[in-house]
Amino acid sequence: MEKKNNPVAEGIISKEEFTQNWLRFLTEFLSGSKGFYILLLLSGLIVLIAAMFGVNAMYVGYSHVYGIYREIPWGILISGYVFFVVTSTGLCIISSIGHVFGVKSLIPIAKRSVYLSVVTLLAGFMVIFFDVENPFRMAIWNALSPNPTSNIWWMGTLYGAYLVFMTIEFLLLLIAKYRYAMVAGLLGLISGVAAHSNLGAVFGMLHGREFWYGPYMPIYFIASAAASGCTAIIFFTYLGYRIRNERFDKPMELALQAVGKLWALLLAVLMFFVTWKVITGFAGAEGKVLAIREWLFGKYAINFWFFEVFLGLVAPFFLLLVSRFRNLNQMFVASLLAFIGIFFMRVDLVVIGQIVSHFFEYKVTDFPVILTYKPTLHEIMLIIGACAFCIFSFLIGEKVFKGHHTEIH
Amino acid sequence: MNWKEFFKNLKTEEEGCVPDETKREFLKIGLIITGVAAGGSLLNVVSVVAEGLATSEELHKEYPYKPHYSMVFRVDRCIDCERCVEACRQTNNVPEYGWRTKILERVDTKAVDQQRQFMPILCNHCNNPPCVRACPTKATYKDKQTGIVKMASYKCIGCKTCMVACPYDARYFNEEKRAIDKCDFCWESRLSKGMKITACAEACPAGVRIFGDLSDPNSEVYKIVHQMGKAVWVLKPETGAKPNVFYTIG
Repeated sequence: MEKKNNPVAEGIISKEEFTQNWLRFLTEFLSGSKGFYILLLLSGLIVLIAAMFGVNAMYVGYSHVYGIYREIPWGILISGYVFFVVTSTGLCIISSIGHVFGVKSLIPIAKRSVYLSVVTLLAGFMVIFFDVENPFRMAIWNALSPNPTSNIWWMGTLYGAYLVFMTIEFLLLLIAKYRYAMVAGLLGLISGVAAHSNLGAVFGMLHGREFWYGPYMPIYFIASAAASGCTAIIFFTYLGYRIRNERFDKPMELALQAVGKLWALLLAVLMFFVTWKVITGFAGAEGKVLAIREWLFGKYAINFWFFEVFLGLVAPFFLLLVSRFRNLNQMFVASLLAFIGIFFMRVDLVVIGQIVSHFFEYKVTDFPVILTYKPTLHEIMLIIGACAFCIFSFLIGEKVFKGHHTEIH
Repeated sequence: MNWKEFFKNLKTEEEGCVPDETKREFLKIGLIITGVAAGGSLLNVVSVVAEGLATSEELHKEYPYKPHYSMVFRVDRCIDCERCVEACRQTNNVPEYGWRTKILERVDTKAVDQQRQFMPILCNHCNNPPCVRACPTKATYKDKQTGIVKMASYKCIGCKTCMVACPYDARYFNEEKRAIDKCDFCWESRLSKGMKITACAEACPAGVRIFGDLSDPNSEVYKIVHQMGKAVWVLKPETGAKPNVFYTIG
């Protein structure tokens, strides 16, 4: 970092401090336990294997190895992307309550959340990299030939900005420049929420897809992000303390309690949303009714009732109530169940919107009324790889940044 | 004069105040706009009309595109010989795994008399194309001159949003071109080289496909679309895409 080229950095951190920090991180990393390195190696290996699957898919051609096809062009890779960026945005939203809007009780969870929001966003980008057919053209034409009516364009651009802001915020938090971090955090929050609503609108503005069309999608996405953020915070904070064999200090306990309460409220909101989505769906156009029927009573019934409703919403909600927001073990189990349920929520969201065939109302024999989609090994491996990347980065983050401890002031 | 007097003195329109011709024109446009044309079938016309910006004269004199390429299908004549599909494949190098045009088979076992009908489909070159709105890089765009929804293949990032956005399953990913491909009314292969008709329309032995300029009152497509005697419809009008491909019988 050249001092004279970087007047902002000059005021923020000196060259000596910068080098010191890097050396500190390196020594921390090299002083791990055997278990730490084994887990790291394992997760790193899974990432590599998944990358191999991805490269193989690129080489052979996606149409030959993925389960998607002309009538259902978006599969679990898109669901996976949604899953990771929703989690990322959620982590940003919840953590910003603490260090952007100054709610002191949520400050202890902030650093880890910001770090993980960057990690999960990168995981999402990795997944989408292997879905888009010409990923290297993205950077060029998104910049040279932007389409302001395209939600995809806005989402991509805003998530790029969001990534930059959140990375800067984390670096600023590391060097304890909290005033500047607040600014970066605010910008990250605004761009994150804007990007995320656009992701919802990608689906919600498609008039041809009855299941998705309407203002519900962007709104639901933001609520779901906040809930996913709470899930992730409880999940990763608990894990972080457990693998470091640390006891929860009082401020952190209170923070997790606050997050738990917020999460319970958001779960109630989501249950309300899903209920009305289903009820109004039954009064919708035939395409929508067919989709909802398939979702609730057809091939996706187990996905919906067991994974989405039970694991994703109801069980965590009750576990949270039972735990009285004090039993962190129960809250962790709730977050684990919720993560599984949330992943299936994303799968159903993307796939159900496409299963009603385009010309069903014309009684055509060329396509069945309800189309089918089955993910392949390649697609599943890429999702597993992205999860492994999150674990890998999480482990490194816990070690190198010494449990993301924050001083409260 | 004050308002009381103003209203008292207000005359009703007398007969002959508005010419009959204009009245007929206006009524016709009204029927077209509201979609009631012969038997209650839906008829969508150019977005200019629907936006309520054009007067009846403007509608007939000025379509937004010149020529405003359009296609009409007379579905009762289709026998599923698929010569159009083959001609399209040959002319536009459509690979085996994809299609630009397709013949759908409609079967209704509860129908009286005829229980099977063939329905050709292709890109509708919509006037309000959801694919064009959704494309992040403008790799697909509506040509300002002809209204054809075209592809700038080099810009396509393969995100497949246009595939999901299209209500008509008109698009597919072409691996050779490394981009999304779809019907372009044979622009690249024929129209841009001076030919006047698409390969599929030329190949059809039964006169199912009628290709022409919707803005030219002398063209057959114009005559079929702007008439009240026979039902003319478009596919999935509820999506708001305002297709430029029409279906009729006869």
